[in-house]
Amino acid sequence: MKQADEGWSVAGRKFISRLVVGTGKYKDLPTTAAAIEASGAEMVTVAVRRVNLSDPAAPMLQDYVSPGRYTYLPNTAGCFTADQAVRTLRLAREAGGWNLVKLEVLGPAPTLYPDMQGTFEAAAALIADGFDVMVYCADDPIAAKRLEEMGCVAIMPLGAPIGSGLGVQNPLMIKMIIENARVPVLIDAGVGTAHDAAFAMELGCDAVLVNSAIAMADDPVLMARAMAAGVAAGRLAYRAGRMPRRDAASASSPMTGLIR
Amino acid sequence: MPGDIATMNGTSEPINVLVNGAPVAAAAGVSLAGLIAQLGLDTRKVAVERNREIVPRSGYQAVMLSQADEIEIVHFIGGG
Repeated sequence: MKQADEGWSVAGRKFISRLVVGTGKYKDLPTTAAAIEASGAEMVTVAVRRVNLSDPAAPMLQDYVSPGRYTYLPNTAGCFTADQAVRTLRLAREAGGWNLVKLEVLGPAPTLYPDMQGTFEAAAALIADGFDVMVYCADDPIAAKRLEEMGCVAIMPLGAPIGSGLGVQNPLMIKMIIENARVPVLIDAGVGTAHDAAFAMELGCDAVLVNSAIAMADDPVLMARAMAAGVAAGRLAYRAGRMPRRDAASASSPMTGLIR
Repeated sequence: MPGDIATMNGTSEPINVLVNGAPVAAAAGVSLAGLIAQLGLDTRKVAVERNREIVPRSGYQAVMLSQADEIEIVHFIGGG
């Protein structure tokens, strides 16, 4: 019998959980903490923003989600240029003291689709500055390969637009990216419920990144558990190897030995 | 309140700096550490840029602020 899940690693860091969760959109910090705990995630994405000078004593994320317990993955959300992305992550590196980051350079609403020109420029600048870059990107196998060749440590194509919860809309492209990649591939954006996460894992992803689907659920803690179960089930199914699809029925019970 | 320290310093004119885009009065010769304390922030949870250059946490005591310095103070918040 095959052993339990072997886990995955990125930039020399090993993780057992294949669910990476965001910390945005929650109604409050206690709910954030409870849902992340329930998800079993070991890596969490975070944003970098100005402190609120009018309320310096306000509770901070790290009071609830300990950077000692979880690997913080600072993102570049809100950055629309390479310069902004690099500046933001240099601050994140100083605040947290680590090099592993999530690069995302987005186009304008309503698509918020990855701006690949800006993404390439920012990735080059960050890699030159010593960052380990996990990169959010279009579901484009050529672009994904180019990012890997530049030195990105993980490729994170979208399954559907950010916050849409539509599930994986592009399984063929995602499969092509996975089959061509020699670094971890994570589905980032688009997961809406547990079966989307399972489906992403069945395609052979190394991990799935989920934020809105947990934070916006009626019960985020329950949905966090569902996502963890979905990711685990999808990974098992991928390792098990699914049966071939066929366009005709095939009885499950033998047609011989029937009583007469 | 921002500015209190500046008014307590009787010898020099206070300086004005821009913190996260907002004007803040501080005592002449104040260090970055002094400014952060004046603002009521915990240095362990923030990162600071002065005039677009990162200031390492170890340098907060040594960096003296000048008139019209532009300071950015950031921290981690929830994000996806």
